[in-house]
Amino acid sequence: MEHATLSDSAAALADKMRELADQVGALANQAAQEAAVQASMPMAEAAGGDTFLSLFTAFILACFIGFYVVWSVTPALHSPLMAVTNAISSVIIVGGLIAASQAGAEDFPKLMGILAVTLASVNIFGGFIVTQRMLGMFKKKKK
Amino acid sequence: MSATLTGYAYLIAGVCFIMALRGLSSPESARQGNMYGIIGMAIAVITTLLNPDVVGYEGIIIGVLVGGSIGTVVARKIQMTALPQLVAAFHSLVGMAAVFVAAAAFYSPDAYGIGTVGNIATASLIEMSLGVVIGAITFSGSVVAFAKLQGLVSGNPLVFPGQHKLNALLGLAIVTAVVALIFDQTTDMFWLLAGLSFLIGFLIIMPIGGADMPVVVSMLNSYSGWAACGIGFTLSNVALIVTGALVGSSGAILSYIMCVGMNRSIFNVLLGGFGGEVAGPAAGGGGDDRPVKSGSADDAAFLMKNANKVIVVPGYGMAVAQAQHALREMADKLKEEGVEVAYAVHPVAGRMPGHMNVLLAEANVPYDEVFELEEINHEFATADVAFVIGANDVTNPAAKTDPTSAIYGMPILDVEKAGTTLFIKRSMATGYAGVHNELFFRDKTMMLFSDAKKMTEQIVVALG
Repeated sequence: MEHATLSDSAAALADKMRELADQVGALANQAAQEAAVQASMPMAEAAGGDTFLSLFTAFILACFIGFYVVWSVTPALHSPLMAVTNAISSVIIVGGLIAASQAGAEDFPKLMGILAVTLASVNIFGGFIVTQRMLGMFKKKKK
Repeated sequence: MSATLTGYAYLIAGVCFIMALRGLSSPESARQGNMYGIIGMAIAVITTLLNPDVVGYEGIIIGVLVGGSIGTVVARKIQMTALPQLVAAFHSLVGMAAVFVAAAAFYSPDAYGIGTVGNIATASLIEMSLGVVIGAITFSGSVVAFAKLQGLVSGNPLVFPGQHKLNALLGLAIVTAVVALIFDQTTDMFWLLAGLSFLIGFLIIMPIGGADMPVVVSMLNSYSGWAACGIGFTLSNVALIVTGALVGSSGAILSYIMCVGMNRSIFNVLLGGFGGEVAGPAAGGGGDDRPVKSGSADDAAFLMKNANKVIVVPGYGMAVAQAQHALREMADKLKEEGVEVAYAVHPVAGRMPGHMNVLLAEANVPYDEVFELEEINHEFATADVAFVIGANDVTNPAAKTDPTSAIYGMPILDVEKAGTTLFIKRSMATGYAGVHNELFFRDKTMMLFSDAKKMTEQIVVALG
């Protein structure tokens, strides 16, 4: 009973978040365009005001979603939960990709980027595969 | 791809990651959830590659090929008993990747649109510092956790005088370094910050004992998320921020659940030294000369064959002995005899959250025969036999009766209420908490002194 209401409210929250996130996305885009304009100026003001606020909004809402969604995870699947969170946190690869691709850039940041991409790739492939392996083992009683 | 489209794509990736975690609410939906995770990752990566700033692909291809094949091979080969080490190792990689990305951003801020070299926006510097500090702590902490779990270093806590003062000083030094980095953006200061953070990560985890690793691994899971968040803010990337927050809260909740399972506060675990009390009494070990009733595999087989209901309590000892397959064979034989078999899993059994469930699933135990503590605890009273394999502290009634015990207040599985309690143990040595288990001396208890796997196999033979 409690689980049902909890997961229901989590689902409702997730829906709400998706709506909100759409709005946040729109805001973020607006901000990103502004930021792009500002970035063309030599002064480093690109990451100021509105961008931060919209990102921070997304952050706080995601914390709440995480809280509700994770409480609805069945304890039997806590190991796969760790493995999959590990895999998805490697989305940090996007940061590495940008540095790794810089053609004219100095060598050092590029090297950092390539290393980051390599490490994150280990995690992405390894994390999803090991999660899949674990989940494949969970079977119901044969009737 | 326009900035607008990119923003939406990252948002979709973030939603996919939420769906991936949502799927884990039941084993049926979990595999679909994992697919969402993979799709989300693909969207995030492809979106970034379509970014006009991304021009050269050769470095990326090499990185993905090398990293991807290592990850694939390791994930396919790894034994399920070694899962905690693997997860710790993976955490360390996320932490290190965060440091690398921050370094790349620091050395070439124009590529990320956060300013120019030596003139990076203050907000970005703070976010970047957070990413570096948490990332570096995650890295070195996870390396220590990995080494302890893998047995490369002793699982015993490393405690020395002035430890907490040293950590506090290092903490202060890190804050100072962040401030210094903001005012004076030198590369030396950047690496000093990273170095101090590596050091403190190492020092924080060293004093924590091997058996507290479920909390540590969960906590590092959380850290790796917050590190990703820090970098997400630096790069103004919604997908990264959302994911980081999800992972961060997930790890935090798991740490909380593990702490409740041991009735200890997170601070108590982090301050460390818990296992230290262990080394003394455990080494002196078994100073108790009272008689215990010990039995053979035949005795155990006879008892269980004639039972109506047997509840199996697996613990870390089962994982160490790799006894899960023999255990399932035993359960199969018992079921043929018409005995009802169920499994009771304590929240902190094993070395990571849910470890026992995965091992049992690996041995083809159906997940609807495996129950959590709250679900099954009242059923011990109606069970004829409680079969404890490689668990000790989680069954110790001292947690309820002895306020002076190190494990007092910890929720336990009430195996004492079963008709007979069978313990497979190699010796009378205490569990990790260094506490004697009163149950061993009870009349209703029969000790089966052997390796968990050997004993279970012998019982299977005896069951015919």
